[in-house]
Amino acid sequence: MALITCQDLVLGYAGKEILAPLNFSVQAGDYLYIIGENGSGKSTLVRTLLHLQSPVRGRIILDEGLDRREIGYLPQQTVAQRDFPASVREIVLSGCQGRCGARPFYNKEEKALARQAMERMDILPLAERCYRELSGGQQQRVLLARALCAARRVLLLDEPVAGLDPRTTEEMYELLKELNKKDGMTILMISHDLRAAVTYASHVLHIGHPVFFGTRQEFLQSESGSYLTAKGGNVQ
Amino acid sequence: MSDIFETLAFYLSYPFVQYALIVGVLIALCSSLLGVTLVLKRLSFIGDGLSHVAFGAIAISAVLNLSNDMLLVLPVTVICAVLLLRSGQNAKIRGDAAIAMLSVGALAIGYLVMNLFSTSTNLSGDVCGTLFGSTSILTLTTAEVRLCVVLSLLVVAAFVLFYNRLFAVTFDESFARASGTNTEACNLGIAVVIAVIIVLAMNLVGSLLISALVIFPALSAMRLCHSFLHVTICSAVFSVVCTLLGLLLSILGGTPVGATIVTVDLCAFLLACLVGRFVAAG
Repeated sequence: MALITCQDLVLGYAGKEILAPLNFSVQAGDYLYIIGENGSGKSTLVRTLLHLQSPVRGRIILDEGLDRREIGYLPQQTVAQRDFPASVREIVLSGCQGRCGARPFYNKEEKALARQAMERMDILPLAERCYRELSGGQQQRVLLARALCAARRVLLLDEPVAGLDPRTTEEMYELLKELNKKDGMTILMISHDLRAAVTYASHVLHIGHPVFFGTRQEFLQSESGSYLTAKGGNVQ
Repeated sequence: MSDIFETLAFYLSYPFVQYALIVGVLIALCSSLLGVTLVLKRLSFIGDGLSHVAFGAIAISAVLNLSNDMLLVLPVTVICAVLLLRSGQNAKIRGDAAIAMLSVGALAIGYLVMNLFSTSTNLSGDVCGTLFGSTSILTLTTAEVRLCVVLSLLVVAAFVLFYNRLFAVTFDESFARASGTNTEACNLGIAVVIAVIIVLAMNLVGSLLISALVIFPALSAMRLCHSFLHVTICSAVFSVVCTLLGLLLSILGGTPVGATIVTVDLCAFLLACLVGRFVAAG
């Protein structure tokens, strides 16, 4: 059975529909790119998948044994975060908050988990550094490490390369590819980067007119795929 | 020099001075703990807004001749705090505008009510006392001191227990919610506690200067520290030291209590800026 299945999912705010019904499913190990223009409802989809808002109609079915809190979320950075006085360790550890339940403090396993996540993201030497002093790419790694603390199997990323320079962007993509291939993480990612989508994705969900869902190959041959890639240019 | 100490020792032997010091330190401690979160959530002005709400409520309860004005002031302030912190992202009027609106609105209504219905002969004195802190910090009763001690202990205990959750909610509310933290309960808790602290602190510095107690220690600490834990501890220490110093100075010099404390806080902030820059350069 699929990890996440959306059946006739209609998104919107306050009962107002903003999108035709979505039907798609994500299998374990998939790498799904969610693309679409600004305002097409990508972020609304993410917020709905995370249960931060409820769908207008339709259902999201999670695989048995996948708790919605086990989806690691990498939100877009807010302005307030850029000058936040917190150490890297504190931020990564806060990803374990959902595991605590009613317990007020973190236990040994959670601290070890945070350490592993920092090692995985190559930021262990930065553990005591202040978040606001890091570069954009380093900050993104910190937030990814935090998401890894919360996630067991699925990562949900909201434009993880926004504002990064080309080299750091490439590093980020490689890191995500590794997480997908080596660690078997299922990745859902919102992106504007069509070139990356056709390079890295296993599946593509295009939100807009027309809605498209399928594998990368199917996307390249589809109407919206060929239209978009032609406009986006230089795609191998 | 020995003269100063003798005068201090003389004043400190009075219970009302001791009470003022105890209450001052406790309020400073509580407000600085929450100040870090409020400043980082871009809600620095909430102290100002809520204290003006409290001012309006005090004016109304004075006109209604309520024997214990806390019965009206505390609930009204708590309700306003909850509304302000809940409005959050999807509100029609954004946080800063809502606070500003509430702040001046309550101030105007309070002053208007006092002017129209007051029976006091010294109206401007009353208004000035409520706004800039009156001598009421020096006329505390034992019961009031006890209440303040109990409330402060509760605030500190709650802060320690919810510290990790508070951090998660302050740093990234969406993430915290997605990973299963009850952010709405957290925000509600913050709102209630900050309202209680502000109502308590009105005695100390008055409603116009309350923001200073909330924001200055946090801002000073942020110039010097690099982790949330250190900022929190440093902010508490700053706040307690500055308030003690301000209280003692005002006792010695006979200056207004609230204004003196805030001035000391301001000096500490400037000093922290200088040190912070020096450390960064060196």
